[in-house]
Amino acid sequence: MRLSYPTNIKIIRVPCTGKVDILHILRAFEKGADGVYAVGCLEGECHYNSGNLRARKRIEQAKIILDSIGIGGERVQMRNLSSAEGPKFAQYALEMDELIRQLGPNPIKLASKKKAA
Amino acid sequence: MIVADKKPIEEIIKEVENYSKILILGCNECVTVCEAGGKKEVGILASALRMYFLNQGKDVKIDEVTLERQCDHEYLEEIRDRVDKYDAVLSLACGVGVQFMAEKYQALPVYPGVNTCFLGVTEKRGLWTERCQACGKCILAKTAGICPVSRCAKRLLNGPCGGSTNGKCEISKDVDCAWQLIVDRLKAIGKIDDYENIIPLKDWSTDRAGGPRKVAREDVQL
Repeated sequence: MRLSYPTNIKIIRVPCTGKVDILHILRAFEKGADGVYAVGCLEGECHYNSGNLRARKRIEQAKIILDSIGIGGERVQMRNLSSAEGPKFAQYALEMDELIRQLGPNPIKLASKKKAA
Repeated sequence: MIVADKKPIEEIIKEVENYSKILILGCNECVTVCEAGGKKEVGILASALRMYFLNQGKDVKIDEVTLERQCDHEYLEEIRDRVDKYDAVLSLACGVGVQFMAEKYQALPVYPGVNTCFLGVTEKRGLWTERCQACGKCILAKTAGICPVSRCAKRLLNGPCGGSTNGKCEISKDVDCAWQLIVDRLKAIGKIDDYENIIPLKDWSTDRAGGPRKVAREDVQL
């Protein structure tokens, strides 16, 4: 397929989205990520039955926390696809890139730079 | 176990926003099991507060420690040598732990990070329900192992009342009638005849009505 997607997206591989914890998401923002999205298998098709459903709940939790501390919950998203859907993977990447560009950079990153200066 | 629930981050922020060195202190016991104040929740809260203060342009140092328990001297002593480095402690233990921490470290402001709710069980992950009110005089032997003090809205010792419908309490369709449960279980264990025995007036002096309580056991005191 040789599809392209934005190069600013860094992929962190996990055995299942069920491995993704709220803390992992928060640490990513603490370290300056502008957005985080988890891409899991289609709902109902998790190899471990409920990993992707757990991930969705954790993403929702992370959204609430990020909203309450003024970072913005929209910066974290959950997406689902099957491993045969390459074009959808690229599409999600483009959508996320666009969404984050609209929201602007992570305010933590700017605050850290100001602090260091 | 003691069941607690998380406090909203906004409420916690209001309490601690004027401090610059904060220790978030978790507890490895009950609040870990009910996912409100264990090591993981300490990590999440610390990360959220660090980001909040950084975003506000404030330089706040936030450290994380989780003790085995906060209701015993020996575990709280573990932080004595470093507690001077902080100007406030945010304890994610139950109300017992928060108070014992405050008692032991007289000059250090201590804030609660959870709402302590009740003594209960984990019915399933994410669902905790009340089972005991620590009334100090257990009557479970007479009520087939189901407590009407904690599970009957009226704390009736001889029930049910007229508000019991199809096994549910009149306060909510989601609440089981404790006395229906008791009668069902008395039948199941072949002791339904015991239902005829009237439970006498309860001595509530061992409940909170008698003021703060204590258990003093000279046989185990050193």
